[in-house]
Amino acid sequence: MSASEFFNMGGYAFYVWSSYGIATVLLAWVFISPIFSKKNIIKELRIKYRQQERQQQDRADSEQA
Amino acid sequence: MIPSTSSAFIALIKRDLMLSYRHRNELLNPLLFFVIVVTLFPLGTSPEKQLLQTMAPGVIWVAALLAAMLSLDSLFKSDYEDGTLEQMMLSHHSNAVLVLAKIISHWLVTGVPIILMAPLLGLFMFMPIEGIKTLMLTLLLGTPILSLVGAIGMGLTLGLNRGGMLLSLLVLPLYIPVLIFSANAVDASLAGMDIKGQLYFLGALLVLSITLAPIATATALKISVE
Amino acid sequence: MKLPAIVHKYSSPKNFYTMSGKMVPWFAWGFGLTLVFGLYYGFFIAPTDYQQGESYRIMFVHVPAAWMSMFIYMVMAVSGAVGLIWRIKTADLMASASAPIGAAFTFIALVTGSLWGKPMWGTYWVWDARLTSELILLFLYLGFIALQASIEDPRNAARAGAILAIVGVVNIPIIHYSVEWWSTLHQGATVSKMDKPSIHIDMLIPLLVMAVSFKLYYATSVLMRARGEILLREQNSRWVKEIVENEGKALVGGAK
Repeated sequence: MSASEFFNMGGYAFYVWSSYGIATVLLAWVFISPIFSKKNIIKELRIKYRQQERQQQDRADSEQA
Repeated sequence: MIPSTSSAFIALIKRDLMLSYRHRNELLNPLLFFVIVVTLFPLGTSPEKQLLQTMAPGVIWVAALLAAMLSLDSLFKSDYEDGTLEQMMLSHHSNAVLVLAKIISHWLVTGVPIILMAPLLGLFMFMPIEGIKTLMLTLLLGTPILSLVGAIGMGLTLGLNRGGMLLSLLVLPLYIPVLIFSANAVDASLAGMDIKGQLYFLGALLVLSITLAPIATATALKISVE
Repeated sequence: MKLPAIVHKYSSPKNFYTMSGKMVPWFAWGFGLTLVFGLYYGFFIAPTDYQQGESYRIMFVHVPAAWMSMFIYMVMAVSGAVGLIWRIKTADLMASASAPIGAAFTFIALVTGSLWGKPMWGTYWVWDARLTSELILLFLYLGFIALQASIEDPRNAARAGAILAIVGVVNIPIIHYSVEWWSTLHQGATVSKMDKPSIHIDMLIPLLVMAVSFKLYYATSVLMRARGEILLREQNSRWVKEIVENEGKALVGGAK
């Protein structure tokens, strides 16, 4: 198949490429979004743990005082 | 003396029927909705007899389905809100049996009026007698299924804030086979064809729902009541 | 019915996280390789169909997507049931992680089928049994996602979703057998477990390769989603704190 035949898909280019295009976009999004959200989760948990540590420190300090 | 489950079953049906009777104005609402929706179709499309006859089975069934969905609110809501539902679930009786009792009384006051109203609406839509007979038969088989399956949805969404919208989304996919087979049966009988297949399927769905829906609903209620 | 203790031990969130962490790269690579092979074969080796010309190549994404939509639903319903009956947290996680992926495949099956239908049979849509029940499947997925999103407690959300998924299982045989029970516009089955398929071998191979590829995609995706969710739900446990420390350092790129 030549390159132009490939893109033309025997006249059905719109149907074939829209199908593959929509499938690619949707599957890519569903694949990538958990990667980003996991990164966010880790970042936010780090912040949360730091806060918890600080609160515990403050409480320990005020108990000593 | 600890009451047996069967006497609790009957007592619950009697109680729900009595409560419904005391609030009989509220019962009218789904029924009126049913009538209004069907009436809107000739007004909104065309009053031409041919067209209405063709649309009639589907329109009446869709209206019945929507009315059934609307009526689901009265199934568990008031008992949930005043704590009676929790008490019922704490009793030693099988929850599924009690749920079935509530569904039966719900169907008696919502489904049966729909079945009885259907011939009149069939006449509005110029349906021939043969079609109306089949229509009532499909409603007889179908409305209990709507109550049973609707109960599952109601059980799942009971404790939620905007449960109403979610209820429709959950329950509609499960209602669609009932709609398809019933409307198809009425169409087929109008064309003079045999409808045993559709009726068997509806019967099968009914039996399936009677056995499984109370269990699923009871499980869902346990989650919602917590 | 009690499960042997070993099942509970191996399905603990921590073990799941560790094991899935090792499996994800393999699944991802497997997906990539089979995808490239399948698409290449499907576009460049599979011959032109004598009836449908080039448009039939949509089949290589439409059919595997439809198969996945049903497969994932079954996984969702079964893991939901397992989580409901034996209270295994990771089963609950698998169910809720699967839902968006299954919904995506169902949507893709519907859209690609519609785009294939227009040039071939002249219509974007027809209300026949298979298309309608696939559409109902999409509603079931969306209902599942909406239901879980509206319940705050994760345990209750998982149980409610499991009930819904189990009740909806009745739809799957309807989709699958609809083309046998009713004469519909949709094509009948050409690939069955028992008989020789009635399809050209050079079209069958990319179809099956794409089916495997999508399964590997699902395996990768569902595990990635479940892992993120585990970190959130188990955030108060020590092993999560350790992981967050290690991976967090890598993310920020150095000491804080």
